[in-house]
Amino acid sequence: MPTSTQGDYQTANTLETFGFLPKLTQDEVYDQIAYLIAQGLTPAIEHEHPSGANQHYWTMWKLPMFGAKDMNAVIEELEACRRSYPDHHVRLIGYDNYSQSQGVCFVVYEGRA
Amino acid sequence: MANKTYDAGVKEYRDMYWTPDYVPLDTDLLACFKCTGQPGVPKEEVAAAVAAESSTGTWSTVWSELLTDMEYYKGRCYRIEDVPGDSESFYAFIAYPIDLFEEGSVVNVLTSLVGNVFGFKALRHLRLEDIRFPIAYIKTCGGPPAGIQLERDRLNKYGRPMLGATIKPKLGLSAKNYGRAVYECLRGGLDMTKDDENVNSQPFMRWRDRFEFVGEAIQKAEAETGEKKGHYLNVTAATPEEMYKRAEFAKEVGSPILMHDFITGGFTANTGLANWCRENGMLLHIHRAMHAVIDRHPKHGIHFRVLAKCLRLSGGDHLHTGTVVGKLEGDRQSTLGFVDQLRESFVPEDRSRGVFFDQDWGSMPGVFAVASGGIHIWHMPALVTIFGDDSMLQFGGGTQGHPWGNAAGAAANRVALEASVKARNEGREIEKEARDILTEAAKTSPELAIAMETWKEIKFEFDTVDKLDVN
Repeated sequence: MPTSTQGDYQTANTLETFGFLPKLTQDEVYDQIAYLIAQGLTPAIEHEHPSGANQHYWTMWKLPMFGAKDMNAVIEELEACRRSYPDHHVRLIGYDNYSQSQGVCFVVYEGRA
Repeated sequence: MANKTYDAGVKEYRDMYWTPDYVPLDTDLLACFKCTGQPGVPKEEVAAAVAAESSTGTWSTVWSELLTDMEYYKGRCYRIEDVPGDSESFYAFIAYPIDLFEEGSVVNVLTSLVGNVFGFKALRHLRLEDIRFPIAYIKTCGGPPAGIQLERDRLNKYGRPMLGATIKPKLGLSAKNYGRAVYECLRGGLDMTKDDENVNSQPFMRWRDRFEFVGEAIQKAEAETGEKKGHYLNVTAATPEEMYKRAEFAKEVGSPILMHDFITGGFTANTGLANWCRENGMLLHIHRAMHAVIDRHPKHGIHFRVLAKCLRLSGGDHLHTGTVVGKLEGDRQSTLGFVDQLRESFVPEDRSRGVFFDQDWGSMPGVFAVASGGIHIWHMPALVTIFGDDSMLQFGGGTQGHPWGNAAGAAANRVALEASVKARNEGREIEKEARDILTEAAKTSPELAIAMETWKEIKFEFDTVDKLDVN
Protein backbone atom coordinates (compact mmCIF):
# COMPACT_ATOMS: atom_id res chain seq x y z
CA MET A 1 0.00 0.00 0.00
CA PRO A 2 1.50 3.34 -1.07
CA THR A 3 2.20 6.02 1.48
CA SER A 4 1.61 9.70 1.00
CA THR A 5 1.81 13.01 2.69
CA GLN A 6 -0.79 15.43 1.53
CA GLY A 7 -0.24 16.33 -2.10
CA ASP A 8 3.00 14.34 -2.53
CA TYR A 9 2.24 10.90 -3.84
CA GLN A 10 5.10 8.40 -3.55
CA THR A 11 5.36 5.49 -5.95
CA ALA A 12 5.25 2.07 -4.33
CA ASN A 13 5.82 -1.52 -5.29
CA THR A 14 2.23 -2.70 -5.15
CA LEU A 15 1.96 -6.37 -6.17
CA GLU A 16 -1.25 -6.10 -8.22
CA THR A 17 -4.75 -6.92 -6.88
CA PHE A 18 -5.42 -5.61 -3.34
CA GLY A 19 -1.96 -4.00 -3.34
CA PHE A 20 -3.62 -0.64 -2.65
CA LEU A 21 -5.60 -1.75 0.41
CA PRO A 22 -4.30 -2.05 3.96
CA LYS A 23 -2.94 -5.54 4.65
CA LEU A 24 -5.93 -7.90 4.92
CA THR A 25 -6.73 -9.18 8.41
CA GLN A 26 -7.09 -12.90 9.07
CA ASP A 27 -10.89 -12.56 8.90
CA GLU A 28 -10.70 -10.68 5.62
CA VAL A 29 -8.46 -13.37 4.13
CA TYR A 30 -11.04 -15.92 5.29
CA ASP A 31 -13.78 -14.04 3.42
CA GLN A 32 -11.75 -14.10 0.21
CA ILE A 33 -11.12 -17.83 0.56
CA ALA A 34 -14.83 -18.39 1.11
CA TYR A 35 -15.53 -16.43 -2.11
CA LEU A 36 -12.93 -18.42 -4.01
CA ILE A 37 -14.45 -21.73 -2.94
CA ALA A 38 -18.03 -20.54 -3.51
CA GLN A 39 -17.07 -19.57 -7.08
CA GLY A 40 -15.96 -23.14 -7.72
CA LEU A 41 -12.31 -22.13 -8.13
CA THR A 42 -9.36 -24.28 -7.12
CA PRO A 43 -7.13 -22.79 -4.39
CA ALA A 44 -3.39 -22.74 -5.05
CA ILE A 45 -0.44 -21.16 -3.28
CA GLU A 46 2.73 -19.70 -4.75
CA HIS A 47 5.73 -18.01 -3.17
CA GLU A 48 8.72 -16.04 -4.42
CA HIS A 49 11.52 -13.87 -3.13
CA PRO A 50 10.62 -10.18 -3.65
CA SER A 51 13.53 -9.82 -6.06
CA GLY A 52 11.82 -12.22 -8.48
CA ALA A 53 8.26 -11.09 -7.91
CA ASN A 54 7.79 -9.44 -11.29
CA GLN A 55 8.20 -12.70 -13.21
CA HIS A 56 5.16 -14.64 -14.42
CA TYR A 57 6.11 -17.82 -12.62
CA TRP A 58 6.52 -18.03 -8.88
CA THR A 59 7.38 -21.28 -7.14
CA MET A 60 4.35 -23.48 -6.41
CA TRP A 61 3.74 -24.50 -2.82
CA LYS A 62 2.77 -28.14 -3.40
CA LEU A 63 0.03 -28.81 -5.98
CA PRO A 64 -3.19 -26.81 -6.34
CA MET A 65 -5.77 -27.98 -3.77
CA PHE A 66 -8.18 -29.66 -6.20
CA GLY A 67 -11.62 -30.20 -4.74
CA ALA A 68 -10.81 -28.28 -1.54
CA LYS A 69 -13.90 -27.11 0.35
CA ASP A 70 -12.33 -26.55 3.77
CA MET A 71 -11.23 -22.98 4.35
CA ASN A 72 -9.06 -23.98 7.32
CA ALA A 73 -7.05 -26.33 5.17
CA VAL A 74 -6.24 -23.43 2.85
CA ILE A 75 -5.24 -21.19 5.77
CA GLU A 76 -3.02 -23.94 7.18
CA GLU A 77 -1.18 -24.31 3.89
CA LEU A 78 -0.75 -20.54 3.57
CA GLU A 79 0.80 -20.44 7.03
CA ALA A 80 2.96 -23.48 6.42
CA CYS A 81 4.27 -21.81 3.26
CA ARG A 82 5.03 -18.62 5.16
CA ARG A 83 6.84 -20.50 7.93
CA SER A 84 9.03 -22.25 5.37
CA TYR A 85 9.76 -19.07 3.37
CA PRO A 86 9.48 -16.11 5.77
CA ASP A 87 11.35 -13.79 3.41
CA HIS A 88 9.12 -14.62 0.41
CA HIS A 89 5.87 -13.15 -0.84
CA VAL A 90 3.05 -15.70 -0.57
CA ARG A 91 0.06 -15.40 -2.89
CA LEU A 92 -3.27 -17.16 -3.04
CA ILE A 93 -4.65 -18.11 -6.45
CA GLY A 94 -8.07 -19.36 -7.49
CA TYR A 95 -7.75 -21.36 -10.70
CA ASP A 96 -10.75 -21.26 -13.02
CA ASN A 97 -10.70 -24.32 -15.27
CA TYR A 98 -13.60 -23.01 -17.40
CA SER A 99 -11.92 -19.75 -18.45
CA GLN A 100 -8.45 -21.28 -18.09
CA SER A 101 -7.53 -18.23 -16.06
CA GLN A 102 -7.36 -17.17 -12.44
CA GLY A 103 -10.51 -15.77 -10.81
CA VAL A 104 -8.60 -14.77 -7.68
CA CYS A 105 -4.96 -13.82 -7.18
CA PHE A 106 -3.57 -11.69 -4.39
CA VAL A 107 -0.57 -11.55 -2.10
CA VAL A 108 -1.51 -12.69 1.41
CA TYR A 109 1.88 -12.29 3.08
CA GLU A 110 4.62 -9.96 1.98
CA GLY A 111 8.17 -11.22 2.34
CA ARG A 112 10.42 -9.54 4.87
CA ALA A 113 12.96 -8.61 2.26
CA MET B 1 -34.36 -28.57 -63.02
CA ALA B 2 -34.48 -26.64 -66.25
CA ASN B 3 -38.22 -26.28 -66.40
CA LYS B 4 -38.53 -22.51 -65.89
CA THR B 5 -39.21 -20.09 -68.70
CA TYR B 6 -38.12 -16.48 -68.90
CA ASP B 7 -40.86 -14.02 -68.08
CA ALA B 8 -39.56 -10.43 -68.33
CA GLY B 9 -40.99 -7.63 -66.24
CA VAL B 10 -41.46 -6.47 -62.68
CA LYS B 11 -42.74 -8.94 -60.09
CA GLU B 12 -43.78 -8.38 -56.54
CA TYR B 13 -40.89 -9.12 -54.20
CA ARG B 14 -43.09 -11.22 -51.92
CA ASP B 15 -43.70 -13.82 -54.61
CA MET B 16 -40.12 -14.94 -54.32
CA TYR B 17 -38.69 -13.55 -51.06
CA TRP B 18 -41.52 -13.91 -48.49
CA THR B 19 -41.37 -17.56 -47.36
CA PRO B 20 -43.14 -17.92 -44.00
CA ASP B 21 -42.82 -21.72 -44.11
CA TYR B 22 -39.02 -21.66 -44.35
CA VAL B 23 -37.13 -23.22 -41.45
CA PRO B 24 -33.69 -21.55 -41.18
CA LEU B 25 -30.63 -23.79 -41.47
CA ASP B 26 -27.91 -23.92 -38.81
CA THR B 27 -25.54 -22.55 -41.44
CA ASP B 28 -27.78 -19.61 -42.44
CA LEU B 29 -26.81 -16.13 -41.42
CA LEU B 30 -29.93 -14.61 -39.80
CA ALA B 31 -30.76 -10.94 -39.50
CA CYS B 32 -33.48 -8.99 -37.76
CA PHE B 33 -34.41 -5.63 -39.29
CA LYS B 34 -36.78 -3.09 -37.82
CA CYS B 35 -38.71 -1.85 -40.86
CA THR B 36 -40.82 1.25 -41.24
CA GLY B 37 -42.47 1.18 -44.66
CA GLN B 38 -44.03 3.95 -46.70
CA PRO B 39 -47.77 4.31 -46.00
CA GLY B 40 -49.92 1.78 -47.87
CA VAL B 41 -47.16 -0.73 -48.69
CA PRO B 42 -48.00 -4.17 -47.17
CA LYS B 43 -45.58 -5.47 -44.53
CA GLU B 44 -44.86 -8.65 -46.46
CA GLU B 45 -43.87 -6.65 -49.52
CA VAL B 46 -41.58 -4.37 -47.54
CA ALA B 47 -39.96 -7.30 -45.72
CA ALA B 48 -39.52 -9.27 -48.93
CA ALA B 49 -37.99 -6.22 -50.59
CA VAL B 50 -35.44 -5.95 -47.80
CA ALA B 51 -34.58 -9.64 -48.18
CA ALA B 52 -34.28 -9.28 -51.95
CA GLU B 53 -32.29 -6.06 -52.08
CA SER B 54 -29.84 -7.28 -49.40
CA SER B 55 -29.25 -10.55 -51.24
CA THR B 56 -29.86 -11.68 -54.83
CA GLY B 57 -32.73 -9.50 -56.02
CA THR B 58 -33.01 -6.51 -58.23
CA TRP B 59 -36.07 -4.49 -59.28
CA SER B 60 -36.64 -6.30 -62.57
CA THR B 61 -36.43 -9.94 -63.55
CA VAL B 62 -33.34 -10.71 -65.66
CA TRP B 63 -32.83 -13.68 -68.02
CA SER B 64 -29.46 -14.64 -66.48
CA GLU B 65 -31.19 -15.59 -63.22
CA LEU B 66 -32.17 -18.76 -65.02
CA LEU B 67 -28.50 -19.72 -65.39
CA THR B 68 -28.21 -20.30 -61.66
CA ASP B 69 -30.22 -21.76 -58.83
CA MET B 70 -31.80 -18.70 -57.26
CA GLU B 71 -33.66 -20.85 -54.76
CA TYR B 72 -30.27 -21.79 -53.31
CA TYR B 73 -28.75 -18.30 -53.19
CA LYS B 74 -31.64 -16.02 -52.31
CA GLY B 75 -32.21 -14.41 -48.92
CA ARG B 76 -35.66 -15.09 -47.49
CA CYS B 77 -37.89 -13.27 -45.05
CA TYR B 78 -39.26 -16.09 -42.89
CA ARG B 79 -40.97 -14.18 -40.09
CA ILE B 80 -42.60 -10.82 -39.35
CA GLU B 81 -43.27 -9.58 -35.82
CA ASP B 82 -44.87 -6.49 -34.33
CA VAL B 83 -42.62 -4.03 -32.52
CA PRO B 84 -43.99 -3.62 -28.97
CA GLY B 85 -45.42 -0.15 -28.45
CA ASP B 86 -44.87 0.95 -32.06
CA SER B 87 -47.68 0.56 -34.60
CA GLU B 88 -45.84 1.88 -37.67
CA SER B 89 -42.81 -0.44 -37.54
CA PHE B 90 -42.32 -4.21 -37.55
CA TYR B 91 -39.45 -6.69 -37.31
CA ALA B 92 -38.49 -8.70 -40.39
CA PHE B 93 -36.40 -11.84 -39.85
CA ILE B 94 -34.31 -12.77 -42.85
CA ALA B 95 -32.20 -15.86 -43.52
CA TYR B 96 -29.20 -15.67 -45.87
CA PRO B 97 -27.41 -18.78 -47.14
CA ILE B 98 -23.80 -18.84 -45.94
CA ASP B 99 -22.43 -18.99 -49.50
CA LEU B 100 -23.53 -15.41 -50.11
CA PHE B 101 -20.57 -14.27 -48.03
CA GLU B 102 -16.80 -14.44 -48.39
CA GLU B 103 -15.18 -16.33 -45.53
CA GLY B 104 -13.66 -14.20 -42.76
CA SER B 105 -15.01 -10.91 -44.14
CA VAL B 106 -17.37 -8.84 -42.02
CA VAL B 107 -16.78 -6.25 -44.73
CA ASN B 108 -18.59 -8.46 -47.23
CA VAL B 109 -21.41 -9.27 -44.78
CA LEU B 110 -22.06 -5.60 -44.06
CA THR B 111 -21.83 -4.55 -47.70
CA SER B 112 -24.69 -6.93 -48.43
CA LEU B 113 -26.84 -6.50 -45.35
CA VAL B 114 -26.60 -2.75 -44.90
CA GLY B 115 -25.78 -1.72 -48.45
CA ASN B 116 -28.18 -0.32 -51.06
CA VAL B 117 -31.20 -1.57 -49.18
CA PHE B 118 -30.95 1.30 -46.68
CA GLY B 119 -31.71 3.81 -49.39
CA PHE B 120 -34.62 1.85 -50.79
CA LYS B 121 -37.61 4.11 -51.57
CA ALA B 122 -40.34 1.80 -50.28
CA LEU B 123 -38.85 2.24 -46.81
CA ARG B 124 -39.08 5.30 -44.59
CA HIS B 125 -36.63 3.86 -42.06
CA LEU B 126 -34.66 0.66 -41.65
CA ARG B 127 -32.58 -0.55 -38.77
CA LEU B 128 -30.46 -3.67 -38.51
CA GLU B 129 -31.17 -4.85 -34.96
CA ASP B 130 -29.20 -8.08 -34.74
CA ILE B 131 -27.32 -10.69 -36.76
CA ARG B 132 -26.98 -14.38 -35.90
CA PHE B 133 -23.64 -15.47 -37.31
CA PRO B 134 -23.58 -19.24 -37.85
CA ILE B 135 -20.72 -20.98 -36.05
CA ALA B 136 -19.51 -22.19 -39.46
CA TYR B 137 -18.91 -18.56 -40.43
CA ILE B 138 -17.40 -17.57 -37.08
CA LYS B 139 -14.75 -20.26 -37.51
CA THR B 140 -13.53 -18.46 -40.63
CA CYS B 141 -12.82 -15.21 -38.75
CA GLY B 142 -9.60 -14.37 -36.87
CA GLY B 143 -11.20 -12.53 -33.99
CA PRO B 144 -9.38 -10.91 -31.06
CA PRO B 145 -5.58 -10.99 -31.42
CA ALA B 146 -5.21 -12.21 -27.83
CA GLY B 147 -8.54 -12.27 -26.00
CA ILE B 148 -9.39 -11.82 -22.33
CA GLN B 149 -7.64 -14.90 -20.99
CA LEU B 150 -4.32 -14.32 -22.75
CA GLU B 151 -4.30 -10.60 -21.95
CA ARG B 152 -4.76 -11.35 -18.23
CA ASP B 153 -1.90 -13.85 -18.34
CA ARG B 154 0.44 -11.50 -20.18
CA LEU B 155 -0.30 -8.59 -17.87
CA ASN B 156 -0.72 -10.52 -14.60
CA LYS B 157 -4.10 -8.89 -13.82
CA TYR B 158 -6.52 -11.23 -12.10
CA GLY B 159 -9.73 -11.13 -10.11
CA ARG B 160 -10.68 -7.55 -10.84
CA PRO B 161 -11.51 -5.12 -13.65
CA MET B 162 -8.54 -3.26 -15.08
CA LEU B 163 -8.14 0.46 -14.61
CA GLY B 164 -7.29 3.04 -17.25
CA ALA B 165 -7.56 6.66 -18.31
CA THR B 166 -7.52 8.72 -21.47
CA ILE B 167 -4.75 11.31 -21.31
CA LYS B 168 -6.04 14.88 -21.11
CA PRO B 169 -6.10 17.52 -22.44
CA LYS B 170 -6.87 15.38 -25.43
CA LEU B 171 -5.26 17.73 -27.92
CA GLY B 172 -2.37 20.16 -27.72
CA LEU B 173 0.23 18.64 -25.39
CA SER B 174 3.84 18.26 -26.50
CA ALA B 175 5.20 14.71 -26.66
CA LYS B 176 7.33 15.07 -23.53
CA ASN B 177 4.57 16.65 -21.45
CA TYR B 178 2.17 13.98 -22.69
CA GLY B 179 4.58 11.24 -21.57
CA ARG B 180 4.73 12.91 -18.16
CA ALA B 181 0.95 12.67 -17.82
CA VAL B 182 1.14 8.98 -18.79
CA TYR B 183 3.93 8.25 -16.30
CA GLU B 184 2.05 9.94 -13.45
CA CYS B 185 -1.11 7.93 -14.11
CA LEU B 186 0.74 4.63 -14.35
CA ARG B 187 2.96 5.07 -11.31
CA GLY B 188 -0.10 6.07 -9.29
CA GLY B 189 -1.87 2.76 -9.89
CA LEU B 190 -3.56 2.66 -13.29
CA ASP B 191 -2.92 -0.44 -15.37
CA MET B 192 -3.07 1.39 -18.67
CA THR B 193 -3.53 4.80 -20.20
CA LYS B 194 -4.96 5.70 -23.57
CA ASP B 195 -4.44 8.07 -26.46
CA ASP B 196 -7.55 10.05 -27.12
CA GLU B 197 -9.15 8.99 -30.40
CA ASN B 198 -8.42 12.42 -31.89
CA VAL B 199 -4.71 11.99 -31.28
CA ASN B 200 -3.08 10.65 -34.43
CA SER B 201 -0.05 12.66 -35.55
CA GLN B 202 -0.78 16.36 -35.41
CA PRO B 203 1.68 19.26 -35.66
CA PHE B 204 1.82 19.74 -31.87
CA MET B 205 2.85 16.11 -31.27
CA ARG B 206 3.99 13.81 -34.07
CA TRP B 207 3.33 10.12 -33.55
CA ARG B 208 6.98 9.02 -33.39
CA ASP B 209 7.86 11.48 -30.64
CA ARG B 210 4.79 10.53 -28.64
CA PHE B 211 5.62 6.83 -28.89
CA GLU B 212 9.20 7.37 -27.70
CA PHE B 213 8.28 9.37 -24.59
CA VAL B 214 5.34 7.12 -23.74
CA GLY B 215 7.58 4.06 -24.09
CA GLU B 216 9.95 5.51 -21.50
CA ALA B 217 7.02 6.34 -19.20
CA ILE B 218 5.80 2.73 -19.33
CA GLN B 219 9.24 1.24 -18.60
CA LYS B 220 9.84 3.55 -15.65
CA ALA B 221 6.41 2.96 -14.13
CA GLU B 222 6.82 -0.82 -14.47
CA ALA B 223 10.26 -0.75 -12.83
CA GLU B 224 9.02 1.33 -9.90
CA THR B 225 5.72 -0.39 -9.21
CA GLY B 226 6.60 -3.98 -10.08
CA GLU B 227 3.30 -4.13 -12.01
CA LYS B 228 2.71 -4.56 -15.74
CA LYS B 229 1.73 -1.31 -17.45
CA GLY B 230 0.66 -0.21 -20.91
CA HIS B 231 -0.53 2.71 -23.01
CA TYR B 232 -2.80 2.31 -26.01
CA LEU B 233 -0.75 3.93 -28.75
CA ASN B 234 -3.25 5.03 -31.35
CA VAL B 235 -2.06 3.85 -34.77
CA THR B 236 -5.20 4.91 -36.63
CA ALA B 237 -3.85 6.67 -39.70
CA ALA B 238 -4.74 7.97 -43.14
CA THR B 239 -3.43 4.89 -44.94
CA PRO B 240 -2.85 1.22 -44.03
CA GLU B 241 0.86 1.61 -44.87
CA GLU B 242 1.23 4.38 -42.32
CA MET B 243 -0.80 2.41 -39.77
CA TYR B 244 1.53 -0.59 -39.99
CA LYS B 245 4.62 1.63 -39.78
CA ARG B 246 3.33 3.08 -36.52
CA ALA B 247 2.39 -0.35 -35.21
CA GLU B 248 5.95 -1.61 -35.78
CA PHE B 249 7.39 1.31 -33.85
CA ALA B 250 4.91 0.90 -30.98
CA LYS B 251 6.20 -2.64 -30.59
CA GLU B 252 9.77 -1.39 -30.71
CA VAL B 253 9.28 1.11 -27.85
CA GLY B 254 7.93 -1.68 -25.66
CA SER B 255 4.21 -0.97 -25.39
CA PRO B 256 2.18 -4.19 -25.02
CA ILE B 257 -0.86 -2.65 -26.72
CA LEU B 258 -2.02 -0.61 -29.71
CA MET B 259 -5.21 1.22 -30.45
CA HIS B 260 -7.45 1.56 -33.50
CA ASP B 261 -10.70 3.31 -34.35
CA PHE B 262 -12.63 0.59 -36.12
CA ILE B 263 -15.44 2.55 -37.73
CA THR B 264 -13.59 5.64 -38.98
CA GLY B 265 -10.57 3.46 -39.86
CA GLY B 266 -12.83 0.84 -41.40
CA PHE B 267 -13.21 -2.91 -41.04
CA THR B 268 -10.60 -3.73 -43.67
CA ALA B 269 -7.93 -1.78 -41.81
CA ASN B 270 -9.12 -3.19 -38.50
CA THR B 271 -9.02 -6.82 -39.59
CA GLY B 272 -5.57 -6.36 -41.07
CA LEU B 273 -4.27 -4.70 -37.92
CA ALA B 274 -5.79 -7.43 -35.74
CA ASN B 275 -3.92 -10.03 -37.80
CA TRP B 276 -0.71 -8.03 -37.44
CA CYS B 277 -1.20 -7.84 -33.66
CA ARG B 278 -1.74 -11.60 -33.42
CA GLU B 279 1.48 -12.24 -35.32
CA ASN B 280 3.43 -9.73 -33.25
CA GLY B 281 2.17 -10.51 -29.76
CA MET B 282 0.49 -7.14 -29.34
CA LEU B 283 -2.88 -6.38 -27.74
CA LEU B 284 -5.43 -4.24 -29.60
CA HIS B 285 -7.68 -1.65 -27.99
CA ILE B 286 -10.64 -0.59 -30.09
CA HIS B 287 -12.29 2.80 -29.97
CA ARG B 288 -15.65 3.42 -31.65
CA ALA B 289 -15.76 7.02 -32.94
CA MET B 290 -18.73 7.60 -35.29
CA HIS B 291 -20.79 4.76 -33.80
CA ALA B 292 -23.53 7.04 -32.48
CA VAL B 293 -24.11 8.40 -35.99
CA ILE B 294 -25.02 4.87 -37.02
CA ASP B 295 -26.56 3.34 -33.90
CA ARG B 296 -28.40 6.02 -31.91
CA HIS B 297 -31.60 6.53 -33.91
CA PRO B 298 -34.15 3.95 -32.74
CA LYS B 299 -35.61 3.39 -36.25
CA HIS B 300 -32.74 3.83 -38.64
CA GLY B 301 -29.19 2.55 -38.88
CA ILE B 302 -27.45 -0.35 -37.17
CA HIS B 303 -27.76 -1.25 -33.52
CA PHE B 304 -24.45 -1.22 -31.66
CA ARG B 305 -24.87 -4.89 -30.75
CA VAL B 306 -24.33 -5.66 -34.44
CA LEU B 307 -21.24 -3.45 -34.65
CA ALA B 308 -19.91 -5.13 -31.48
CA LYS B 309 -20.41 -8.59 -32.93
CA CYS B 310 -18.69 -7.53 -36.15
CA LEU B 311 -15.77 -6.15 -34.17
CA ARG B 312 -15.35 -9.40 -32.23
CA LEU B 313 -15.11 -11.18 -35.58
CA SER B 314 -12.83 -8.59 -37.18
CA GLY B 315 -10.56 -8.51 -34.14
CA GLY B 316 -9.94 -6.44 -31.02
CA ASP B 317 -9.10 -7.17 -27.39
CA HIS B 318 -10.97 -4.21 -25.87
CA LEU B 319 -14.10 -2.45 -27.12
CA HIS B 320 -15.84 0.65 -25.76
CA THR B 321 -19.39 -0.14 -24.71
CA GLY B 322 -20.54 2.96 -22.86
CA THR B 323 -20.73 3.23 -19.11
CA VAL B 324 -24.47 3.15 -18.34
CA VAL B 325 -23.77 5.60 -15.50
CA GLY B 326 -21.57 8.29 -17.09
CA LYS B 327 -21.98 11.15 -19.56
CA LEU B 328 -22.69 9.11 -22.70
CA GLU B 329 -25.86 7.37 -23.93
CA GLY B 330 -26.49 3.77 -22.88
CA ASP B 331 -29.42 1.83 -21.46
CA ARG B 332 -28.39 -0.73 -18.83
CA GLN B 333 -30.17 -3.83 -20.17
CA SER B 334 -29.23 -3.10 -23.75
CA THR B 335 -25.59 -2.50 -22.77
CA LEU B 336 -25.47 -5.78 -20.85
CA GLY B 337 -26.90 -7.44 -23.96
CA PHE B 338 -23.97 -6.51 -26.16
CA VAL B 339 -21.38 -6.84 -23.40
CA ASP B 340 -22.37 -10.53 -23.32
CA GLN B 341 -21.78 -10.72 -27.07
CA LEU B 342 -18.22 -9.55 -26.54
CA ARG B 343 -17.26 -11.89 -23.72
CA GLU B 344 -19.33 -15.07 -23.64
CA SER B 345 -19.01 -18.25 -25.66
CA PHE B 346 -22.79 -18.64 -25.97
CA VAL B 347 -25.47 -15.95 -25.64
CA PRO B 348 -29.12 -17.06 -25.62
CA GLU B 349 -31.95 -15.03 -27.17
CA ASP B 350 -33.20 -12.51 -24.62
CA ARG B 351 -35.60 -9.83 -25.81
CA SER B 352 -35.37 -8.02 -22.45
CA ARG B 353 -31.76 -7.26 -23.43
CA GLY B 354 -32.46 -6.70 -27.12
CA VAL B 355 -30.89 -10.04 -28.11
CA PHE B 356 -32.93 -11.48 -30.99
CA PHE B 357 -31.06 -14.73 -31.61
CA ASP B 358 -29.12 -17.44 -29.83
CA GLN B 359 -25.49 -16.76 -30.68
CA ASP B 360 -22.86 -19.48 -30.46
CA TRP B 361 -19.34 -17.99 -30.47
CA GLY B 362 -17.57 -21.32 -30.20
CA SER B 363 -13.90 -20.91 -29.35
CA MET B 364 -13.70 -17.25 -30.41
CA PRO B 365 -11.68 -15.41 -27.70
CA GLY B 366 -13.49 -12.79 -25.61
CA VAL B 367 -13.16 -9.00 -25.73
CA PHE B 368 -12.85 -6.80 -22.64
CA ALA B 369 -15.75 -4.35 -22.29
CA VAL B 370 -14.45 -0.80 -21.87
CA ALA B 371 -16.44 1.69 -19.80
CA SER B 372 -15.18 5.20 -20.44
CA GLY B 373 -16.60 8.72 -20.37
CA GLY B 374 -17.62 10.94 -17.46
CA ILE B 375 -17.14 8.37 -14.73
CA HIS B 376 -15.54 8.98 -11.33
CA ILE B 377 -14.95 7.21 -8.03
CA TRP B 378 -18.56 7.49 -6.86
CA HIS B 379 -19.54 5.33 -9.82
CA MET B 380 -17.00 2.62 -8.99
CA PRO B 381 -19.22 0.17 -7.06
CA ALA B 382 -21.94 0.43 -9.72
CA LEU B 383 -19.42 -0.12 -12.52
CA VAL B 384 -17.97 -3.21 -10.83
CA THR B 385 -21.50 -4.59 -10.48
CA ILE B 386 -22.57 -3.78 -14.04
CA PHE B 387 -19.41 -4.80 -15.90
CA GLY B 388 -17.85 -7.45 -13.65
CA ASP B 389 -14.18 -8.42 -13.71
CA ASP B 390 -13.70 -8.71 -17.48
CA SER B 391 -13.78 -5.01 -18.10
CA MET B 392 -11.56 -1.98 -18.43
CA LEU B 393 -12.81 1.00 -16.43
CA GLN B 394 -11.43 4.30 -17.69
CA PHE B 395 -11.43 7.46 -15.64
CA GLY B 396 -9.96 10.34 -17.67
CA GLY B 397 -11.14 13.50 -15.91
CA GLY B 398 -11.78 11.32 -12.88
CA THR B 399 -8.03 10.64 -12.58
CA GLN B 400 -6.36 13.74 -13.95
CA GLY B 401 -8.84 16.15 -12.41
CA HIS B 402 -7.76 15.12 -8.92
CA PRO B 403 -6.66 18.14 -6.84
CA TRP B 404 -3.22 16.56 -6.19
CA GLY B 405 -2.59 15.41 -9.73
CA ASN B 406 -2.60 12.25 -11.83
CA ALA B 407 -0.73 9.88 -9.52
CA ALA B 408 -2.94 10.65 -6.54
CA GLY B 409 -6.01 10.48 -8.79
CA ALA B 410 -4.93 7.09 -10.08
CA ALA B 411 -4.37 5.83 -6.54
CA ALA B 412 -7.81 7.07 -5.47
CA ASN B 413 -9.39 5.09 -8.30
CA ARG B 414 -7.35 1.99 -7.59
CA VAL B 415 -8.26 2.06 -3.90
CA ALA B 416 -11.95 2.51 -4.77
CA LEU B 417 -11.77 -0.34 -7.28
CA GLU B 418 -10.04 -2.77 -4.94
CA ALA B 419 -12.33 -1.86 -2.04
CA SER B 420 -15.34 -2.52 -4.28
CA VAL B 421 -14.00 -5.89 -5.48
CA LYS B 422 -13.08 -6.94 -1.96
CA ALA B 423 -16.53 -6.00 -0.65
CA ARG B 424 -18.24 -7.81 -3.54
CA ASN B 425 -16.25 -10.95 -2.77
CA GLU B 426 -17.32 -10.63 0.86
CA GLY B 427 -20.91 -10.89 -0.33
CA ARG B 428 -21.90 -7.27 0.18
CA GLU B 429 -24.36 -5.47 -2.13
CA ILE B 430 -21.86 -2.92 -3.30
CA GLU B 431 -24.14 -0.77 -5.43
CA LYS B 432 -26.44 -0.16 -2.46
CA GLU B 433 -23.64 0.16 0.06
CA ALA B 434 -21.45 2.32 -2.17
CA ARG B 435 -21.20 5.19 0.27
CA ASP B 436 -20.20 2.98 3.21
CA ILE B 437 -17.65 1.03 1.22
CA LEU B 438 -15.94 4.09 -0.20
CA THR B 439 -16.05 6.00 3.10
CA GLU B 440 -14.46 3.06 4.87
CA ALA B 441 -11.72 2.78 2.21
CA ALA B 442 -11.04 6.52 2.35
CA LYS B 443 -10.01 6.25 6.01
CA THR B 444 -6.64 4.88 4.93
CA SER B 445 -6.43 6.76 1.61
CA PRO B 446 -6.35 10.56 1.77
CA GLU B 447 -6.28 10.49 -2.07
CA LEU B 448 -9.66 8.78 -2.15
CA ALA B 449 -11.09 11.02 0.57
CA ILE B 450 -10.39 14.21 -1.35
CA ALA B 451 -11.54 12.67 -4.65
CA MET B 452 -14.88 11.80 -3.03
CA GLU B 453 -15.18 15.40 -1.92
CA THR B 454 -14.25 16.75 -5.36
CA TRP B 455 -16.83 14.77 -7.37
CA LYS B 456 -19.64 14.36 -4.89
CA GLU B 457 -22.14 16.49 -6.83
CA ILE B 458 -21.62 15.26 -10.39
CA LYS B 459 -24.44 13.31 -11.97
CA PHE B 460 -25.49 12.69 -15.56
CA GLU B 461 -29.20 12.05 -15.50
CA PHE B 462 -30.87 12.35 -18.87
CA ASP B 463 -33.27 9.93 -20.51
CA THR B 464 -31.85 7.43 -22.96
CA VAL B 465 -32.80 8.31 -26.55
CA ASP B 466 -32.62 4.77 -27.89
CA LYS B 467 -34.70 2.60 -25.59
CA LEU B 468 -35.37 -1.10 -25.99
CA ASP B 469 -38.74 -1.92 -27.56
CA VAL B 470 -40.62 -3.32 -24.60
CA ASN B 471 -44.06 -2.67 -23.19
